[in-house]
Amino acid sequence: MYPAAFEYHTPGSVREALSLLGKLGDDAKLLAGGHSLIPMMKLRLAQPKHVIDLRRVPGLAGIKDDKGTIVIGAMTTHWQVESSPVLREKCPIVSDTAGVIGDPAVRNVGTIGGSLAHADPAADMPATAIAAGFEFVCEGAKGRRTVKADDWFKGLMSTAVGDDEILVEIRVPAWAAGSGGAYLKFPHPASRFAVVGAAAMVTLDGTGVCTKASVGITGAGTKAVRAKGVEAGLTGQTLDQATIEVAAQKAAEGVDVQADLQGSVEYKSHLCRVFARRAIEAAVKRAKG
Amino acid sequence: MKLPVKMTINGQTQSHEVEPRLLLVHYIREVVGLTGTHVGCDTSQCGACTILMNGVAVKSCTFFAVQCEDAKITTIEGLAKDGELHPIQQGFWEKHGLQCGFCTPGMILAAWQILDRTPSPTEEQIRHQLEGNLCRCTGYHNIVKAIQWAAENMATAKK
Ligand SMILES: Cc1cc2nc3c(=O)[nH]c(=O)nc-3n(C[C@H](O)[C@H](O)[C@H](O)COP(=O)(O)OP(=O)(O)OC[C@H]3O[C@@H](n4cnc5c(N)ncnc54)[C@H](O)[C@@H]3O)c2cc1C
Ligand code: FES
Ligand code: FES
Repeated sequence: MYPAAFEYHTPGSVREALSLLGKLGDDAKLLAGGHSLIPMMKLRLAQPKHVIDLRRVPGLAGIKDDKGTIVIGAMTTHWQVESSPVLREKCPIVSDTAGVIGDPAVRNVGTIGGSLAHADPAADMPATAIAAGFEFVCEGAKGRRTVKADDWFKGLMSTAVGDDEILVEIRVPAWAAGSGGAYLKFPHPASRFAVVGAAAMVTLDGTGVCTKASVGITGAGTKAVRAKGVEAGLTGQTLDQATIEVAAQKAAEGVDVQADLQGSVEYKSHLCRVFARRAIEAAVKRAKG
Repeated sequence: MKLPVKMTINGQTQSHEVEPRLLLVHYIREVVGLTGTHVGCDTSQCGACTILMNGVAVKSCTFFAVQCEDAKITTIEGLAKDGELHPIQQGFWEKHGLQCGFCTPGMILAAWQILDRTPSPTEEQIRHQLEGNLCRCTGYHNIVKAIQWAAENMATAKK
């Protein structure tokens, strides 16, 4: 399969990449790991006239601890996220999520920034971005701005990043002691993408009462969303089996569940409830240590 | 417009002018002439095109050759040294890890990645890490055994 012909650019800085983006406009696409863009170009679902490869731009990859906030460069690969000691210690749900993306060869190349900018409705990281409260730092000609996870996912493969901007880093806030998180998915048997995936973060106080709950759902609808009803059912409660079960019943509310080859609306809504329950149970177990 | 591209494949410097849209797998097979790297699905799912790039396993059907400037690449042809099979290749031989052999080059390089990161993997780890490589013949059991054979022999060789 041959993609349509294009011109290839390798800017050496964010500024140079931005000026190319500004000049070439709609005809250009940024290239990170290429593991979403190249398959689409091969199928000619995408036919950009210009491809701007970010591989030579310094400073876009890496993970660092900025006074408790973990900063992940957009070009950091899924494998680097999966195997990061800092993330494993401070926010293991992010590493766990990266570790179930596709397969090892995909994780060696695909990037966290590419995944979150692409916003495939069946991608894994978006659910965790919502649950863990990622912040997205975009750079444009006028400088940087930060977007919260709740404002990031706009619709089918559409996010808050402007056409003339580059997502440069992702900031993962520190979670209080007594917190735990888990991401679980029902994987598509061939691609491993999430038919439905649920990410849950909970914080418990000394008496076991949930002081904060944050739940994201991916796969079922056109974009990842926050399961507000589930969160309301958990916050302020002692998270026993029955409470979790009742709260998880709300997991498909607010999701524009799409019927497709993977299943009907009923079936996928059911998966939302089942995977939300399992993710919460696993998160609670971790919060309790 | 063609662009110059230079990389090292199995220790040899390769330098050509290619169209940006030329996929790495086609560069390796058709320009360089190393046909051990296979194209199975062409949709990034089967792993038949797996190669090692800068020390990690990647799917060469999901790269443009121009992205691989200065990369160090190993294909299946580069694994045996001085006429001696690599222990992973030997494992596939010993444990009958192939039938038609179409998936085998990719399987072996995926196995290389597994053993590089986990020198003594459990069966479950091997199966999980092979998720990106499909085989229509063997049912995977003997592939797992072949990788276990290689792990044991590579460990003994190190001692
Ligand atoms: C076989 C296979 C299986 C997969 N399975 C899964 C899975 O199970 N779960 C999952 O979540 N994903 C899966 N993926 C997708 C994979 O995670 C991709 O790597 C990821 O979605 C895109 O990241 P990338 O770096 O490859 O981005 P690219 O393909 O390079 O880019 C994707 C899009 O994002 C834009 N973009 C990239 N970087 C930036 C940036 N810094 N700023 C602004 N825009 C940017 C590009 O212009 C492009 O439109 C799979 C992919 C393959 C090939
Ligand atoms: S040919 Fe590359 S993954 Fe199948
Ligand atoms: S041996 Fe035939 S596809 Fe694996």
